[in-house]
Amino acid sequence: MASEITGAQALVNALEDSGVDVMFGIPGGAILPAYDPIFDSKIRHILVRHEQGAGHAATGYAQVTGRVGVCIATSGPGATNLVTPIADAQMDSVPIVAITGQVPSAAIGTDAFQEADIRGITMPVTKHNYLITDPAQIPRAIAEAFYIASSGRPGPVLVDIAKDALQKMTSYNYPKKLNLLGYNPQIEPNSEAIRDAASLIAQSSKPIFYIGGGVIKANAAKELLVLAELVGAPVVTTLMARGAFPDSHSQHLGMPGMHGTVAAVTGLQKADLLITLGARFDDRVTGKLSTFAPNAKIIHADIDPAEIGKNRYADVPIIGDLGPIIKALIPAVKAEFAKNKADITSWWKQMNSLRQKYPLGYNEPSDGSLSPQYVIERIGEITGPDGIYVAGVGQHQMWASQFVKYEKPRTWLNSGGLGTMGYAVPAAMGAKVGAPDTPVWAIDGDGCFQMTNQELVTCALNDIPIKVAVINNESLGMVRQWQTLFYKERYSNTDLHSKRIPDFAKLAEAMGCVGLRCESKGDVDKIIKEANAINDAPVVVDFSVHRDAMVWPMVAAGTSNDDILIAKEMAPDWDSQEL
Amino acid sequence: MAQHTLSVLVENSPGVLARVASLFSRRGYNIDSLAVGPTESPEISRITIVLNLEGHALDQVSAQLFKLVNVIGIQEMEDKNSHQRELLMVKVNSAGDNRSKIEAVVGKYRASIVSQAASSLTIEAIGSSAEIAALLGELSSFGIKELVQSGLIALENGDATLAERTLQETGLASSSTHSQTEDYQN
Repeated sequence: MASEITGAQALVNALEDSGVDVMFGIPGGAILPAYDPIFDSKIRHILVRHEQGAGHAATGYAQVTGRVGVCIATSGPGATNLVTPIADAQMDSVPIVAITGQVPSAAIGTDAFQEADIRGITMPVTKHNYLITDPAQIPRAIAEAFYIASSGRPGPVLVDIAKDALQKMTSYNYPKKLNLLGYNPQIEPNSEAIRDAASLIAQSSKPIFYIGGGVIKANAAKELLVLAELVGAPVVTTLMARGAFPDSHSQHLGMPGMHGTVAAVTGLQKADLLITLGARFDDRVTGKLSTFAPNAKIIHADIDPAEIGKNRYADVPIIGDLGPIIKALIPAVKAEFAKNKADITSWWKQMNSLRQKYPLGYNEPSDGSLSPQYVIERIGEITGPDGIYVAGVGQHQMWASQFVKYEKPRTWLNSGGLGTMGYAVPAAMGAKVGAPDTPVWAIDGDGCFQMTNQELVTCALNDIPIKVAVINNESLGMVRQWQTLFYKERYSNTDLHSKRIPDFAKLAEAMGCVGLRCESKGDVDKIIKEANAINDAPVVVDFSVHRDAMVWPMVAAGTSNDDILIAKEMAPDWDSQEL
Repeated sequence: MAQHTLSVLVENSPGVLARVASLFSRRGYNIDSLAVGPTESPEISRITIVLNLEGHALDQVSAQLFKLVNVIGIQEMEDKNSHQRELLMVKVNSAGDNRSKIEAVVGKYRASIVSQAASSLTIEAIGSSAEIAALLGELSSFGIKELVQSGLIALENGDATLAERTLQETGLASSSTHSQTEDYQN
């Protein structure tokens, strides 16, 4: 019989046996027993400055590598600080495992010091979670957590472990087989559904690919390229799917949704068939649901059966992993095309006319101040499609999605579903840890940056040289935009005064980073290149930009995609379009 | 308003009822009644849920429930293919000449008097939702002092069992040591 070890050692062994190479966390009372074996472990532990940073870093790491991200915190406030990144990972289907310490089992339920029912709290925002009070259960819980987080539709799993379970002795066995009676994700698609889908594709004269983040999770971008070129239909990539299909590809119409291109939004509206792959008909894409794509039949492929029919009826549902699904669709579509193929040339004529007439664009500010879109566009152009771009939430996020050109999956990270301001800096930190040889730019707002910039200290001390562009419009810019459009320019509590306080460059210097400033268009390229040349320290660039720039096009919340505006009170000239 | 009865097999693990209740609460599904109890297998519990599904599709509710890792199987129990019962205990005012009238009602519904006191009778009844409602309707004229009612439970007619059906559907029936090792390591 193997000699006994502590529950804490069993935890660390199980993490190692699950393939963990890095985790982000902060110790505290209840989790302290685990930190003793962590001291000797081959796992790199990165000591963050706030547990929220640990959670988003795990997410950033997972998004870039496709592996499971790991964060670890103590009980009570340590655990509750993880709730936001856990909810974020749940909404964006990111595989992370969160380990939390819990008060000793005898104290659970007594309102003990630093006690919080984190299993109860995170039940609605995790894929699954555990409370472990018996050290013998630790290895199985960890093995299951990694399997559940990374398989099927990925998501966060929390393992809460009572302090005494970490301290007690147990024998260690990493389970070789899991027996989860109620969890058995379907991977291979139903062949009848594949044939039905192929048949619809061949009959459609106005097909469009509606591509969601699931294609990236399934590592199916290469297969998608083959299928898309075979079908020849227009392709749109949602906010979570940017990079799943090359922006440079002639079939790509850009991003759909509230701030999508006119061609992408209208393409979905006017199509007769949506080939939906790993997308979930989110309200930011559909606009007013009852008016979304009114004439389209829906092929809906997703690994999560609960997404089928949740928001929109699917004429052909296909449940399974997108890799096998797309691989099966390719020969099925070829076989259908051999029999018949509807003509899509007039459909393309309409789409080409829309994208030529309404390309993404922006006006330079008339007062000569810096345009935020120009800054973001230049960061993308100078750094190139091999870089990784991580946005916060707001105007800068939409511009980073619109004006950086993505060619490859896992190069664009953002908080799409939950819309977590403060995501960028810690997620970029995790991304850089996962891809240390790749330049990682956090494109952040001045509001977002002030929520989580403390992790720059972590970056500076741990040789994680990320670059941060603070798109400083001294406002909560997206909220201000809504106030401009919908609240009669009454700017209630959106003025941050961030061109006065704080001094972002000095703040960066104080945290061990290089701090740079840019206020004029002529300096933009030089300063981006200067930042790109620095690889031994994190860099923060304070780009002082025009505050009244707005994100266009826009479909106002709750309205129909048919009511897309290309500028304030300006709709596309539909009369001149033959749609 | 559409009422449906779902039988749900779940792992008998801590917190599983909270997961189900939390899911129903956050998705806005209305529960009319809920009954939880043990099954023929000590590892598995059975939850019977009566739902009022206004505005929600039954498929969607089932799919959301099935996403819970601890949920093993789900089946809708329909009147025509299952046996459905509720348990009622009710304390009825028996003052004056009510007693004989109450006894007549009790006999009519195959209920039974389980306790008698100076001014009340305690009645136990087992029946379908409709029978229980009808009994209560008749008893209410005497004055109901207190009542308690269980959630509905249901069992499919015939040889088939939910456990067998579930294990076959998920492919688990053939092997008791079903392996899911493929690629679960990081």
